[in-house]
Amino acid sequence: MKLVFWAILCRDVKLAFRQGGGVGLGVAFFLMIIVLLPLGIGPDLALLERIAPGILWVALLLASLLSFDRLFHADFEDGTLDILMNGPIPLELVVLAKALAHWLTTGLVLVIVAPGLGFMLNLPVDVFAPLLITMLVGTPGLSLIGAIGAGLTISVRRGGLLMSILVLPLFVPILIFGISAVSEATIGLSPFGPSFMILCALTLATIVLAPVAAAAAIRASLL
Amino acid sequence: MEIEFDEMHLRATKLAAIRGEQAIFSDVSFNVCAGEALIVNGENGTGKSTLLRIIAGLLKPSSGEVELNGGYGELSIGEQCHYIGHLDALKSALSVEENIFFYGSFLAGAEASRAGVLDVLRQVRLDHLRALPAGLLSAGQKRRLSIARLSVAPRPLWLLDEPTVSLDLASRVELEVLAQSHLERGGLIVAATHMPISFSQFTLLDMNEFHP
Repeated sequence: MKLVFWAILCRDVKLAFRQGGGVGLGVAFFLMIIVLLPLGIGPDLALLERIAPGILWVALLLASLLSFDRLFHADFEDGTLDILMNGPIPLELVVLAKALAHWLTTGLVLVIVAPGLGFMLNLPVDVFAPLLITMLVGTPGLSLIGAIGAGLTISVRRGGLLMSILVLPLFVPILIFGISAVSEATIGLSPFGPSFMILCALTLATIVLAPVAAAAAIRASLL
Repeated sequence: MEIEFDEMHLRATKLAAIRGEQAIFSDVSFNVCAGEALIVNGENGTGKSTLLRIIAGLLKPSSGEVELNGGYGELSIGEQCHYIGHLDALKSALSVEENIFFYGSFLAGAEASRAGVLDVLRQVRLDHLRALPAGLLSAGQKRRLSIARLSVAPRPLWLLDEPTVSLDLASRVELEVLAQSHLERGGLIVAATHMPISFSQFTLLDMNEFHP
């Protein structure tokens, strides 16, 4: 069973790196938002410094949205999903494997490039560590919530936009507690305070609940 | 991979399907015993593919039921069948070998061996193309690669939806040989096709009779 899970994970990671529109697209989009925003706001370093964590978080949410519509739709289109549904492991675990692969190729990659982009927004040096840790904890939750949206819109052609509208409101708790964990750290409190704990709880809850919800969504839209 | 299947029995009772508002077929019943093939015939739109998807558990019938007796009771029919549909279920960015390697690991639940994958590819005469991305194959070659899935893991029931489409004569004969040896091991086949396939033991199901 572990092997089957591993096989799906490896295949999806391989596909994300090989196909256009995979890893690079999200990173480029992330970079684009971060480059354009200071141009729109103006060269006020003090202002940028204050809003940098928020901008980075929101840009990360938007960039991770880009690849959700391929999460199940690609498998639906070429018939692979028919086989994945009748595999030796339950669809819930298939969803979990695919969401994990999505996190490895999107969320994790965005978190890795985030510090570099932080410099462009004059992010204070002491905020780097708390920001990265909260992003690292929050992004798996994003991938899993996105899987629910991707499952719901699986049979909708060009369902990417519809999915964004469905999924973005569900990202709100992760955004709120991610940002407040960062600000707790910047005003000198422990970075692992209550907000951070709630963020961890949110991600853990999605790991348990989202695969069930996404699998139910896929079954509902196919059967 | 010479596995004998247990004595199994596929039975459908009074199946009916509705797509949209339209009734496609109703009151379809059949029996398939171990070592037997059921050839599903019928004009376009009489529900051949729908019937196969219902058997595989990928669609719900509007009434009636399908059961597979014998075999592994705790598994669903879908988990005991190979479903070869209209779509080839191949990833064009992965190589021929990687595609089969994935299905080998996924369907068999065990790490597919390189030698095993090569064997399977040799059977469908694609071993010389193993490093090529599957997207570059011709339609017939893609079909052969998707038929190769039948050999990566033993499953008692084969559901073949137009398996001979875009296959050349030699490949069609190979498919017949493959299917024949599956039947001899006690396997079951349900195939929807317009082309005549010759099996030693088969029953015909004419979907035209059930179409309203």
